Amino acid sequence: MKKTYGIEVDCANCADLVETEIKKVAGVKDARVVFMTQKMKVEFEEGADEVSVMEEVLRIARKVEPDFCIVK
Amino acid sequence: MNDKQKKMLIRIVVAAVATAVLALLPDVSVLPLGGVCKGLLYFLAVYLIIGYDILRKALLGMRNKRVFDENFLMMVATLGAFALALYEKSGDYLEAISVMLFYQIGEFFQSYAVGRSRRNISSLMDIRPDYANIEKEDGTFERVDPDDVGTGRIIIVQPGEKVPVDGIVAEGESSLNTAALTGESFPREVKAGDEVLSGSINMTGVLRVRTTKDFGESTVSKILELVEDSASHKSHSEAFITRFARIYTPVVCYAAMALALLPPLVRMLIPGMDPMWSQWIYRALIFLVISCPCALVVSIPLSFFAGIGGAGHEGILVKGADILEALSKVKTVVLDKTGTLTLGVFEVTAMHDINDADKTDEEEKRMLVELAALAECASSHPISKSLQRAYGCKVDHSRVSDIKELGGFGITARIDGREVAVGNEKLMQRMGVEYCHCHSTGTIVHVACDGRYAGHIVLGDIMKPHAAEALTALREAGVKQTIMLTGDSRSVASEVARTLGVDRVYSELLPADKVTKVEELIATQGKTEKLAFVGDGINDAPVLSRADIGIAMGGVGSDAAIEAADVVLMDDDPLKISKAIRISRKTLRIVRENIILALGIKGACLVLGALGIANMWLAIFADVGVMILAVLNAIRSLRAS
Repeated sequence: MKKTYGIEVDCANCADLVETEIKKVAGVKDARVVFMTQKMKVEFEEGADEVSVMEEVLRIARKVEPDFCIVK
Repeated sequence: MNDKQKKMLIRIVVAAVATAVLALLPDVSVLPLGGVCKGLLYFLAVYLIIGYDILRKALLGMRNKRVFDENFLMMVATLGAFALALYEKSGDYLEAISVMLFYQIGEFFQSYAVGRSRRNISSLMDIRPDYANIEKEDGTFERVDPDDVGTGRIIIVQPGEKVPVDGIVAEGESSLNTAALTGESFPREVKAGDEVLSGSINMTGVLRVRTTKDFGESTVSKILELVEDSASHKSHSEAFITRFARIYTPVVCYAAMALALLPPLVRMLIPGMDPMWSQWIYRALIFLVISCPCALVVSIPLSFFAGIGGAGHEGILVKGADILEALSKVKTVVLDKTGTLTLGVFEVTAMHDINDADKTDEEEKRMLVELAALAECASSHPISKSLQRAYGCKVDHSRVSDIKELGGFGITARIDGREVAVGNEKLMQRMGVEYCHCHSTGTIVHVACDGRYAGHIVLGDIMKPHAAEALTALREAGVKQTIMLTGDSRSVASEVARTLGVDRVYSELLPADKVTKVEELIATQGKTEKLAFVGDGINDAPVLSRADIGIAMGGVGSDAAIEAADVVLMDDDPLKISKAIRISRKTLRIVRENIILALGIKGACLVLGALGIANMWLAIFADVGVMILAVLNAIRSLRAS
């Protein structure tokens, strides 16, 4: 399953770092963080729970870039 | 401006005013507690207003074991400047505050400029329809989300509205502005029975449209998805700079540390020399401010993004920054003939019998075309469409059965119980039919019925209006050789090649041969050179994906083309090929300019800083000034041509 989220991320470099880190989160098959369009694409592993995976993704992302947020 | 930016602007203004007041005040000690370390408390307060978030991020970064980012650089540089002023008892805290203030102004400008250009680029691609009008049974209509329309529904498109979903006009006449889809400014006239693509704007009359696709499958959704995805493919330049920044920042931190420690230590060893600690620490701080890599890190993806946006505005969809980069290195352009250089609209120019003489009997002629049209009735190839047109009547599918398409040969089918073979000379050989070789120029369709030769039809292709011009433009854009590939006969191919001025031509190729040919050509080109293949995307999907860069033409309607191609030209004007190359060259030039500008100025300032010639103000320019210049330069690639 693939989902696209609107995000707020302040710099191109941080977006790259966030991408590298959230790819390692359990339940995430692949991820893309794009600074230019302020979008994040997450591909989940089969059977992964979206809500709990995204909580972890956000926690890891905040660790790299404290101002990172997902726009509803 | 978003809330974050507004908040930042307020902080910048407050801090700037406070700094100015403190700087102009003749004596800070008149203020309460102003006597403590020459007004340190006041300066620290202003410093915290402007820089608290940087300190927070730097500290969080340290806690998460991610030191050596720009926040860390700024924290060390400014706190260092405070410490130095305290140590020297100079009370000169202004420098520390100014560095932080200007850094924040730079960041603010960057976020504003990037946000602005992001919106600009998105508005170039502003084709997303907000709603669709569905017709209800009582004749009134209802506004719904385009996602909820579905196929086979009737929607109403009023003048000024965007067509929300792909469909066919059921009723009404109008002109459509397709500029956002094709870059073509000339309006397209549509009437009942015509196909309309989502994203075009209805200009004059009310249209009732029967939808043929879901919103998610419609042209507009596909284009938007493609453009959004394009930003996530990184160019080599960007990947290089990211890697570079990862090594560069720690290196300059250590270099600054060495600059602060080594010279004074050496001087201490030499008797009679003052180690000049504070002077060398000051130089190290300047070094840190100059070295901030933000100008490079932001300007390169921004240039590519702007380039892709500019190209999109011209009706050229580039699938990624890496593609835009590769496009600038194209030295060989391989073009498919039919549908690319020629319109792919054929006209029957002659009909011959087995002696290659004109058929005279009208009834026989009609029979020949009828057999060919019926046999080809299931094919979407341009030739078969032209045959249907020449036939002129509605094809009765019940008369045709057992249709077999033999790629590179033709078609066999059973028509009214008779075995019919329609195709080229190779098919006639394969079927063991005695035929004659036609000497006319054109595409020859041989027809055999029950193993007997029935004659052949000569079809002439019409060249595109800009084809010759397009090839000249390619050479002007720096392309070394143009090559045409075609499945057509040698005589047709060489005549088209001669008229248009193509360098080389390979004819009579089967679809698989085209792939082999392109592979051969790729093997012979130089290491840094790239090969682009241009096709109409209907039969060329394998070649499109095999070439370094596959360019599909007029392929918005074809899913296979969008999948396989790297660049999609939304209309079928071959002039757009050279335009795409020119846009990519311009973008790459801007990227190179920015790398040289940023590294050059920073390098020079770093040397000056280490030698003690540069002061903090020059350092601020090297950091913030260079970044602003780089961002402004990057935005230039938005303007195509």
